[in-house]
Amino acid sequence: MTTIVDLGLGNISNVKRPIEGKVTNDPYEIEKAEKIIIPGVGNFSEIKDDLSKLKGVISDFIEEDKPFLGICLGMQVLFGYNEEGGDKGLDILEGEVKRLKNNLSPHIGWNTVRFTSEDPLFKGIGDGSFFYFAHSYYVETKMPVEGETRLRSSCETFQIPAVIKSSNIYGTQFHPEKSGSDGLKLLKNFELLEV
Amino acid sequence: MLAKRIVAALDIKNGRVVKGVNFENIRDAGDPVELAKRYEDEGVDEIVFLDISATNENREILIGLAKKIAGEINIPFTVGGGLSSTDLMTEMIRQGADKVFVNTAAVEDPQIIKKASKKIGASNLVIAIDAKRKEDDWKIYTHGGNKKRGLNAVEWAKKVERLGAGEILLTSMDRDGTKDGFDIPLLKKVSSAVDIPVIASGGAGSAEDFYEVFNETEVSAALAASIFHYKECSISDLKSDLDKRGINVRN
Repeated sequence: MTTIVDLGLGNISNVKRPIEGKVTNDPYEIEKAEKIIIPGVGNFSEIKDDLSKLKGVISDFIEEDKPFLGICLGMQVLFGYNEEGGDKGLDILEGEVKRLKNNLSPHIGWNTVRFTSEDPLFKGIGDGSFFYFAHSYYVETKMPVEGETRLRSSCETFQIPAVIKSSNIYGTQFHPEKSGSDGLKLLKNFELLEV
Repeated sequence: MLAKRIVAALDIKNGRVVKGVNFENIRDAGDPVELAKRYEDEGVDEIVFLDISATNENREILIGLAKKIAGEINIPFTVGGGLSSTDLMTEMIRQGADKVFVNTAAVEDPQIIKKASKKIGASNLVIAIDAKRKEDDWKIYTHGGNKKRGLNAVEWAKKVERLGAGEILLTSMDRDGTKDGFDIPLLKKVSSAVDIPVIASGGAGSAEDFYEVFNETEVSAALAASIFHYKECSISDLKSDLDKRGINVRN
């Protein structure tokens, strides 16, 4: 069963509905989880305190190589320095969370995602499908990305990671729970990953 | 590439969808969850719920409705109407709304934009601007179009962007309900003055109107209500028409 970690501000019901999940912020429950999803809506500095209480169990969970999916802010918290909170995230993955430049921020709406691998997470979803984004911060990382998306202003094109993966850790910058049928497929695919 | 969004608007009163003509003869137009699901199936990109009853008891109904909708649809939706405090906005997001929009409270106390932006994140905060032409300028209105303010639309749009708004929902009161097309001069002026996305509202009457607003202004999204409710124009037909004419939409 998938455990959905409730970090206080968020639309848990969207994530919960398509999969058989249990919502909790109890460290003992998280410890026992087979898979974890951390949805994320809001501001890093607002969830910082809740997050620090769970830092230990989340880090242990990831160390055990169990499937983890962070959505939007839930992905960003995995990285190091976070410009939004002026503080470090969980610092599990190498990279920083930075603010999008003014003429590209916020990035809101449906954007195409180019898949750079044939990961089981994307099974049945066409390359270049539309997913829903709503964010002002993005991840800057040297790690390989599984999906990328492009932001355009009148004079430049800027590429950001849309899906990241490191062994069993997944992160999506977009909101699969808000991305219609392709988003639901992605959540289902995560649920079907073998433990 | 980021798609231009087609947004369906639903006016809500006591938990039901209503539609009036020139703010009068308001009648029942259906169940919000049912309509929202229909629009999702037709391929709408986003749904906006505007509570026009705006009393305290109705806040509870609206919060309950947000929760119900979040449990039924898988596309983003925005809720607004009488959200007067950051606590109410936070509660709405907590219950499942993706974004909230605010007009009157932001004009009365612009600092609320800053506070709300910090609390719920800029990308979840939409500032609604109702504007009406006066000579060569557009003045803004609050309280559902009843109260004229001194500010002009372009200056106010720039200010809300500075204070942390994530998007602007710009309604032309002159065009609202007329089906005469979007207010191109107003939308052109505001969308080029700010970097944040602008949602065009007021006047949509045909696919041609959507093409015109995307082709001639820098808006990111365009909204309509009655032409969708009464099936005068299906969202899927509208999108394939725009696609054929080179507008990047999600199909």
